[in-house]
Amino acid sequence: MSEALVKVKDIVKTFPVNKGLFAKKKFVHAVNDVSFEIMPGETFSLVGESGCGKSTTGRLIDHLLTPDSGEIWFEGKEISRISQDEMRPLRSDIQMIFQDPYGSLNPRMKIQDLIGEPLLIHTKISSGERLKKVHELLEVVGLSPAHGERYPHEFSGGQRQRIGIARALTVNPKLIIADEPVSALDVSIQAQVLNLLQKLQKDYNLTYLFISHDLSVVEMISDRIAVMYLGTIVETAPKKELYRNPRHPYTRALLSAVPIPDPERKKERIILKGDLPSTTNPPEGCLFHTRCPHSTDKCRGERPKAQKVGEDHIVKCHYPQLTR
Amino acid sequence: MAETLLEVKNLRTEFKRDKSWVTAVNNVSFTINRGEVLGLVGESGCGKSVTSLSVMRLLDPRNSRISEGQVQINGKDLLRQNKKAMCKIRGHEIAMIFQEPMNSLNPCMRIERQLTEAVLLHSKVSKEEASRRAYDVLKAVGIPEPKMTLKSYPHQLSGGMCQRVMIAMAMSCEPELLIADEPTTALDVTIQAQILELMESIREQKNTGILMITHDLGVVAEMCHRVVVMYAGRIVEEKPVKELFECPQHPYTQGLIESVPKLGSNMTSLPSIPGSVPDLAVMPKGCKFAPRCRYAMDICREQEPELEATDHTGTRRCRCHLLHTGRQEVNQHE
Amino acid sequence: METNQFAAAEELPKAKSRVKEFIKKFMKRRTAVVAFVFIVFMIVMALAAPYIVPYDASQADYSNILSGPGKAHIWGTDEYGRDIFSRLMVGSRTSLFSALTATIIGTIGGVLLGLVAGFFGGLLDSLIMRFCDVMFAFPDILLAIAVVAIIGPGMINVMIAVAVFTVPSFARITRSATLAVKQELYIEVARSLGCRNGRLLFVHVLPGTIPSMIVNFTMRIGTAILAASSLSFLGFGANVTEPDWGAMLSQGRNYLNTAPHIVLFPGILILLTVLAFNLLGDGLRDTLDPKMN
Repeated sequence: MSEALVKVKDIVKTFPVNKGLFAKKKFVHAVNDVSFEIMPGETFSLVGESGCGKSTTGRLIDHLLTPDSGEIWFEGKEISRISQDEMRPLRSDIQMIFQDPYGSLNPRMKIQDLIGEPLLIHTKISSGERLKKVHELLEVVGLSPAHGERYPHEFSGGQRQRIGIARALTVNPKLIIADEPVSALDVSIQAQVLNLLQKLQKDYNLTYLFISHDLSVVEMISDRIAVMYLGTIVETAPKKELYRNPRHPYTRALLSAVPIPDPERKKERIILKGDLPSTTNPPEGCLFHTRCPHSTDKCRGERPKAQKVGEDHIVKCHYPQLTR
Repeated sequence: MAETLLEVKNLRTEFKRDKSWVTAVNNVSFTINRGEVLGLVGESGCGKSVTSLSVMRLLDPRNSRISEGQVQINGKDLLRQNKKAMCKIRGHEIAMIFQEPMNSLNPCMRIERQLTEAVLLHSKVSKEEASRRAYDVLKAVGIPEPKMTLKSYPHQLSGGMCQRVMIAMAMSCEPELLIADEPTTALDVTIQAQILELMESIREQKNTGILMITHDLGVVAEMCHRVVVMYAGRIVEEKPVKELFECPQHPYTQGLIESVPKLGSNMTSLPSIPGSVPDLAVMPKGCKFAPRCRYAMDICREQEPELEATDHTGTRRCRCHLLHTGRQEVNQHE
Repeated sequence: METNQFAAAEELPKAKSRVKEFIKKFMKRRTAVVAFVFIVFMIVMALAAPYIVPYDASQADYSNILSGPGKAHIWGTDEYGRDIFSRLMVGSRTSLFSALTATIIGTIGGVLLGLVAGFFGGLLDSLIMRFCDVMFAFPDILLAIAVVAIIGPGMINVMIAVAVFTVPSFARITRSATLAVKQELYIEVARSLGCRNGRLLFVHVLPGTIPSMIVNFTMRIGTAILAASSLSFLGFGANVTEPDWGAMLSQGRNYLNTAPHIVLFPGILILLTVLAFNLLGDGLRDTLDPKMN
């Protein structure tokens, strides 16, 4: 039984909200007690809507933020509170791909310098060898070495995202955290980039933490999925199990809300009432009870603990829905 | 028993780039009937938003021009109306809702003022009456506490609430046609479901025609009755929605439908369309999709195909040379 | 099915040289172009002056003192009979180069302070900005006079004084630009790649702040010329015998009624040069603005 590559235990992250000198201190509860494991070689997805804390979780694992409490383990080493200097050598093992293909590339640097930067930081190879590696990677992602001399603004969104992917691969990482990598791209380009990501996973033996709000994309690419709501994971399951047998009411509502490109499939929509509660003032008890069609007094008073409802299937609910 | 509401004929819109004019919308024609939802589908740069802005005459005249075409509604050609007449039509006969609800509302004005402004512009009622109507219309779009919302500023509302307010504003003068430009793209999926349901109920109650502009094929399948697919500023296919998904004729439509991941389909990889959308200023000769088309023939690279009706009802059209070669090749894909 | 999915249409449009685009856009602004030409002319003059002017700048000619503009001396002569035109052109060396040097030194100091303040924030930021606030509280000239009063007169000290009062404005501008660039996604990306602060600051942040600085730089040269001339006028600057615009203005005061041309031409030249730098700055700002065409 292999060791988990990444282990996250009970992490909490809050951000203070500046409201002026004399106002009461308010906090955004971005991540509320999140735990999961990622096995080497798998694609683990965090899925949820805006404000659920999935991007913050990704940044916590990449040590761009430090959690208020909890532990983050990478390859058996606890990294949540180490210094930036201690983290630096590990950064060649964990790389990130960002959502915004336009903002994530420094507009004043040539593509070859952008892609080669991790090599410059983490290795001592000569600039000639760096350039060779850059050209190699450009071809892997479907661009040509000649493109290395150009600047980011000359490329389309999909091409820029591929450049970001090439950059993430330069130092042979073990884990790639992909934060909404295709959300900003056109539909036909999404497919290109998703196919590329899958191919690269096989070729380079990568582990993915895939963060997205798009359930259809996540179904296609994942091995296991965790559904997040208001900073907490409400359900974790292997892919087939989650889509066939969602047990948490939020997961069910989420799945039913996704519009399917097939006019024949009429479905009963579970329409959730109301809006997302404020992250500065999360509800008492179960975080989902304000919108849940089945909430009871118990839900309003007591926060549910994670319970196992099947093989590798965990739910945080007092009344996990009966199987279909 | 379809009654024509909007008829767009041979619309051509151009933009000024450096010293020359670039065509963003090329010879686009379609109709929308009362109570019907027409989907306008395409990816970025295909000209769908420009088409809607041209219909509403909301483009900047300093760097754009509508060089050809007619837009008929209620016996008027919108392209021939003067400024004053257009202002009367906008909001009253045609209303529009935009993609980013948070940015579409004036951040410095309370909701009440923005809603009543729309009402007061188009009807001669008192301020109190306008406020009452604002309250009613907010209730009609499902806002839980209309009084509080009226007193709020846009930044105090969520994205979903803002979009409801936008819809309320659009519906406050009971328009006959609603143009919705990517109305749910910036919203979460569960909120999107609420908004789409709202729009559907409005359509049913008021028999409003809706032009639904989107790139999301799921939304198209849910909401639309008929669909028009655009590519590089041109219409490449038009069909009733079921047929579009069951037997798309144009290779671009086929590729688009195939490349979208579908929930519950158990797919592990996606066929994709190679290459990317051409730059408006540097279009290839012949069919604009040919460089990316898996069925491209020599004639496709030489001569641009015409948009032809594929049946006699005029509701099914396709722009492809493959139509002339027999249907077998068109449906030959794995 | 997808294998070579990227093959089709991967040609990028021909690379548009950013420099060429910039030049094209700049040429649309006529006043800025004229200003630029004038400045280039003045720089050429400054470099070549001693070799091409009609008269030796220090050559006295007592038979021709205080003569007005005429065929022999196009801008006339001063109280020692020295050709004013030649003196002004030779003097441009001191004026232009001292102003340029002073501004460059002040810029380097100000930019470093601004980068550090904006990037690290906190106490360092407060200290640096309060220091700049104190400097801002003094009018430029007063500050310069104070510096010169402390360290003594002379051209080098004038340059130091001008550099000193250039620092705060650059510090402030660079700090604002740094704060803006710091928020950009590509900075977080660089951090996630393992960039150290040093590399982050100089390779990623600094280039992003340069557009805001360029315009201020050209404008400050104008101010520096004015300040250097003023200090010389007050007697703090160049040696009396050296041809220097401000000094020439100062000496000409005594002859305002009898030979106004001694004051007129230096004055006009200072005016035109400072104006040219300001107009160039305006033009550069417009050219660098991505929203204007």
